Amino acid sequence: MAEHILLRHRDIPDIDKLDVYMANGGFEAFKEVVTKKKPQEVIDIVRTAGLRGRGGAGFPAGVKWGFLTPDVYPRYVVANADESEPGTFKDREIMERNPFQFLEGVAICCYAAQAHEAFVYCRGEFWDLAHTLEGHIDQLYKKGLLGEKLFGKDYHLDIRVHLGAGAYICGEETALLESLEGKLGQPRLRPPFPAAEGLYGKPTVVNNVETLTNLPPILSRGADWYRSIGTEKSTGNKIFSLSGHVVRPGNYELPLGTTFRELIFEHGGGIPDGRSIKAILPAGASAAILVATDEVLDTPMDYESVRDIGSDLGSASVIVIDDSVDISWLTYKIIDFFKHESCGKCTPCREGTYWMLNILKRLQDGKATSEDIDLLDSVANSIVGKCLCALGDFAAAQVVADIARFRSDFEAHAVDGK
Amino acid sequence: MLADNHRSEIKAILEKYPSEQKRSAVMPLLHLALQEYGHITPAALVEIAELLELEPTEVGSLIGFYTLYYDEQGGKYRIQICTDTPCALRGAEEFAEQLCAQLGIRFGETTEDGLFTVEEVKCLAACDRAPVFQVQDAEGIHYHEDQTVESAMALIQEIRKRHKDG
Amino acid sequence: MSEALVSLTIDGVEVTVPAGTLIVDAAKKIGIEIPVFCYHPKLKPVGMCRMCLVEIGRPKIDRATRAVVRDENGDAVIEFGPKLETACTTPVGEGWVVLVNSERAIKERQQVVEFLLTSHPLDCPVCDKGGECPLQNLTMKHGPGESRFLYEDKMRLDKHVPLGELIFLDRERCIQCSRCIRFQTEIVDDPVIAFSERGRKLEIVTYSEPGFNSYFSGNTTDICPVGALTTADFRFSARSWELSEAASICSHCAVGCNITLHSRREARSKGAEVIKRVIPRHNDTVNEIWICDKGRFAHHYASSEDRLSQPLIKRKGKLVKTSWEEALKRVVDGLKAADGSILGIAGGRTSNEDLFLMRHLMEGLGGQAVQHGDMAGGDLVQQVGVGAETNLARLGAGDCILVVASDLHEEAPIWWLRIKQAVERGAQLIVANARTTRLDAYASHTLRYTYGEAAHTMLGLLHAVNGDGALAKFASDETREASETFAKAPNALLFYGHEGMDYEGSHALAQACASLLSATGHVARPNNGLVAVWPRCNSQGAWDMGLAPHPQGLEEALKGTKAVYVMAADPAGDDPALASMLAEIEFLVVQELFLTETAKAADVVLPAQSFAEREGTYTNGMRRVQRFYPAIAPLGETRPDWQILAAIGEAMGLEPARPSAAAVLLEIASENGDYAGLDYAALAHAESQWPPVGGKDLYFGGTANPNQQGVGVQLPSGVERGEAFEIEWSTPARVSSKRGIMMIPITKLYDRGTTIEPSQVLSSRLVSLCLHINPEDAKRLKISDGGEVDVTWNGGEQRLRTVIEEEVPRGVVLVPRSLGVPLAAPVAVKIRSVGS
Ligand SMILES: Cc1cc2nc3c(=O)[nH]c(=O)nc-3n(C[C@H](O)[C@H](O)[C@H](O)COP(=O)(O)O)c2cc1C
Ligand code: SF4
Ligand code: FES
Repeated sequence: MAEHILLRHRDIPDIDKLDVYMANGGFEAFKEVVTKKKPQEVIDIVRTAGLRGRGGAGFPAGVKWGFLTPDVYPRYVVANADESEPGTFKDREIMERNPFQFLEGVAICCYAAQAHEAFVYCRGEFWDLAHTLEGHIDQLYKKGLLGEKLFGKDYHLDIRVHLGAGAYICGEETALLESLEGKLGQPRLRPPFPAAEGLYGKPTVVNNVETLTNLPPILSRGADWYRSIGTEKSTGNKIFSLSGHVVRPGNYELPLGTTFRELIFEHGGGIPDGRSIKAILPAGASAAILVATDEVLDTPMDYESVRDIGSDLGSASVIVIDDSVDISWLTYKIIDFFKHESCGKCTPCREGTYWMLNILKRLQDGKATSEDIDLLDSVANSIVGKCLCALGDFAAAQVVADIARFRSDFEAHAVDGK
Repeated sequence: MLADNHRSEIKAILEKYPSEQKRSAVMPLLHLALQEYGHITPAALVEIAELLELEPTEVGSLIGFYTLYYDEQGGKYRIQICTDTPCALRGAEEFAEQLCAQLGIRFGETTEDGLFTVEEVKCLAACDRAPVFQVQDAEGIHYHEDQTVESAMALIQEIRKRHKDG
Repeated sequence: MSEALVSLTIDGVEVTVPAGTLIVDAAKKIGIEIPVFCYHPKLKPVGMCRMCLVEIGRPKIDRATRAVVRDENGDAVIEFGPKLETACTTPVGEGWVVLVNSERAIKERQQVVEFLLTSHPLDCPVCDKGGECPLQNLTMKHGPGESRFLYEDKMRLDKHVPLGELIFLDRERCIQCSRCIRFQTEIVDDPVIAFSERGRKLEIVTYSEPGFNSYFSGNTTDICPVGALTTADFRFSARSWELSEAASICSHCAVGCNITLHSRREARSKGAEVIKRVIPRHNDTVNEIWICDKGRFAHHYASSEDRLSQPLIKRKGKLVKTSWEEALKRVVDGLKAADGSILGIAGGRTSNEDLFLMRHLMEGLGGQAVQHGDMAGGDLVQQVGVGAETNLARLGAGDCILVVASDLHEEAPIWWLRIKQAVERGAQLIVANARTTRLDAYASHTLRYTYGEAAHTMLGLLHAVNGDGALAKFASDETREASETFAKAPNALLFYGHEGMDYEGSHALAQACASLLSATGHVARPNNGLVAVWPRCNSQGAWDMGLAPHPQGLEEALKGTKAVYVMAADPAGDDPALASMLAEIEFLVVQELFLTETAKAADVVLPAQSFAEREGTYTNGMRRVQRFYPAIAPLGETRPDWQILAAIGEAMGLEPARPSAAAVLLEIASENGDYAGLDYAALAHAESQWPPVGGKDLYFGGTANPNQQGVGVQLPSGVERGEAFEIEWSTPARVSSKRGIMMIPITKLYDRGTTIEPSQVLSSRLVSLCLHINPEDAKRLKISDGGEVDVTWNGGEQRLRTVIEEEVPRGVVLVPRSLGVPLAAPVAVKIRSVGS
């Protein structure tokens, strides 16, 4: 198995203790950048490394930092630790088991962005984790790794933990910022993007926990080293959260470009109970379902390849579905999720998820016709491309793909089913 | 008054945010009220509003939006079982139903002793350890992973016993 | 200032607009309608309803050269994106091609309408908004033919949710556009309603006490694009198409908001015409498209059952009904007998025409006419009042507004609102008052003085400008800084009120203010000058018509007077001392709406018409003369004030009768240079204003009315017309604190005045009579919160409940006006606790 860059606790016991982390090179990268590098140099290194956002959209981190409105201060960095995508549980493992690498990543990002204040926005359910993290942050202050005059330089930094209270939409970066400002977590109109007007209207970087955790190794080992892992356009390792019908569910840190087959069958141990694989949700609820053909299984999991087969890598939370599952039920579950989590701000998502769920429920109850399946498809298509944020599109795209790829599962429920 | 019992906590919360951005402290203060009273009481709501120089409406409107806040008293322990897709694939729905049956309640209801409310929730980011639930109580929120109905009932009995013994 | 212009085509029509214009506005300018729900031209765009989706094509740019790519004909190659975009949030771009009515755009918008209707109850036949509903209109025009949504699937929600006593919410009808919430948050800064829950459950809630606690709440019912928000007094009470409408002017404060009165003949009122509702009428210089809740809800006095409907005459000590003939004869006889010893007293809620004829009649009989009031300075406002074309909306960055001795949020809410908005555009605000008011929150300078020293504070500011040594003693660092801000502002407006002052004090303040304005050059130009925060809608008109308050007060004026003619004022009700004097008067005529205390003492009572039954003009605090029109048929035998006065004048052989109010205005115009050239036609003139409101389209989907009946005429000030003018100022005597604690009457929006109390919808919002006292004074006097005290002063005594409040300055107690304490100006009082 390749070396862990992110899940280093799997190789180094007790790395969640500060002294162990430091004994293994911890905070040297941060010290190095603060004492020896200009913020722009850090940005350039990260851009060259090709690090792409691990929160779902896969946008290059260094490029995003470059969009910060020049000369406007203060600036903020927000670590997106809202991790609420069904099937995603990687950020939690990082923060629980390798917390200091994550915090060092936050610190490096702050320096690059010339921010002096960072917030870690944890989903409310991560109550224990958030409190542990606060304890770790206290230790960093005591060690002089946070606070005033870091490493004798004129750079100061505070990191604080903010706890959400149960709302998937707060993972969407602008909703997250609203929530952090003490409001309902409803997405903002974009533009302006957070890099221009983010937290408190100031230039803000929002990055996912895993994205940030990549920074210390990139800064200490260099962009070229990082580029040597993964594919040309999708560089580095990625943590794949594997769940559903597999023998060994869990997080697997593998180079981007690893195939579905390797993840599911080698690392995950294959499908339990002698069943066979039917479908894959490559990114939780938020990317279109894939029929588990050989072609799909042999597709490398990188941003481009997964898009080419009609889905998205997203946050790489791979949910495996065996042949016992009725996809219309799965769709019902997923739309129930989106309907529950729709913030209600924009019409197509608010009304559309509600409407779709009604039809799906009818179908589950054996009260729908195959015309209703067409209606469902058409409602979904009416949502596509009209929403304020991506949630509505996620929901609609899922329904469209589910019907297109597994129509017979739906027809089986229709009262006039074929 | 929250301020009577939690002066230092409130101060620490307020210090986390820029002084002209006090509103950011509303979520942690709501969490504090929830721990103190089990739900967000009208008086706590007004107190938080005054602390942050907000309208009570700006505070109260958050309760309904965020699922972890309550303005009604439920059980002392809210058992929140994830029955979202990945967990459902691993038997979480059956687990949840059986647990409810054992407790003699339906989702959203509270046991007769007033101790437990069982709720279904969406993904808790613990999909590899299904079935999983969290318990929300005065101490905060704690995860319980890789559960069986037996292990869950054992936990419940233990809590019940603790309450009997005072 | 030259603005960059941008040209684009919208549905093939070329249009050029200033850069930054939103596509939806650009389309509106050329008559292309893009449907909207969440967008409102007065609110910041949020792009959340997704109704305004259009196709946008942009010129293709060559990446390398950054030049526009052109086809073989030399035309720019236009690229359309994969998604439609919201026209309400996208500013125009050069060379863009916008398709509003392409097949694709129409289809996608239909899908949005379909979504909106899935949750909507479609109860148009019983909905208050039916007939004037943007959603209804839009569905007819842009909606799909029939719904594919199963009716059983509809969400059932509460339909009668009171958000307080004034506004009701129908949760089923709400389409979550958030206009109401954004109005309350962005425009009036009363975030007392908000969304709660999420998804399809998203709903409007209020946690304020009382619910929806805002003086501006009614405006949300105007801008609600469906029938989700309705007012307590209009909901279910009429259909929009049954209403007849008349343009009017709000008669409750000196702002003079333009309104429309909607009325209907009703069986419930025995076939009489009643006002069903008041809605704002667009006047960008006065009230934009807003009004306050007093203006909206307090109109019910016009249809009150207690109105006087017939003349009354005193017989054997009792008032009995009589005919106009007899009543007028009695008036003529009584006035003749007084032989010139006559005093006319008129209230500031009557029209210019009424007031003008009042003065004519009194002077014709050898007497004099005064205004009932205690605020001075109308003469100075005539001289240095705001320049023509003044508009609060034009004040912004760099400009300055000074407000002294007035609590504008309570006294003139729409001015408060517009000043707040000017501050948001960058204007500097100086607030000078003896206590905290809601305006302080927006002030860049807050000047706190002791009651009685308002004028001194203004003289302190003046000192920084003219360096006059005599004034040095009033100056401080704060006044110097404020003065500097005021002096260097390109434009400055000065609002003065009369809180904590008697007539003399108010005169000194007005003089100091006028001096400051002229010393800093803030006169004779638009957006500069003096504004009086008068207690009545037409107090300035009264000054202009030649009726000033008597400088020594009514008591002085009444001494030795034989006959008194009171119009629209209740001096006896306001002050027991005046009541006993009036009781002794040989002959008292009262012209009124209600049987006031003064009317009860009268020999003859003449029933007048309310502003809703007649026409006339008011002159607001910025000296804008505005015209109002009759809305409902007159009650009983009531007559307009001017007509009654004209009839008396004729009967007494003084002047010929006037045929109409319009004719009276012509007379005013010929006599009074300031009003020269005015006639009813000029006042009815209305240019088109932006944004256009009240159309059948969706752009402004609200119940504010367009203005087709006149925006009024702002009178130029004296200095503007080149009149020579010299201001004197005097150093006012300081109010001595040795005289014990001072009781200060303050103004509250919802008091129990004659024109408010009859409106039952407002009853629970009316302030209650309490004595407000500072905690330290309370402690010293051993007064507990909520306890009762006996308050005594020269000529008065009253038992009052106390409220202890940090905001009350020390050494004074505050008591709201018009609630029963007969007090116009501050007095020294003795307070004794009688226990709680
Ligand atoms: C509905 C929705 C939910 C999201 N949830 C998360 C989340 O839980 N965690 C996360 O890091 N990003 C989430 N995102 C993505 C964020 O908006 C944002 O792109 C990300 O935090 C940027 O960080 P990155 O560039 O490092 O990935 C979500 C986006 C959407 C539209
Ligand atoms: S797409 Fe859904 S979640 Fe996103 S803004 Fe619209 S309603 Fe809210
Ligand atoms: S999104 Fe444009 S009007 Fe609502």
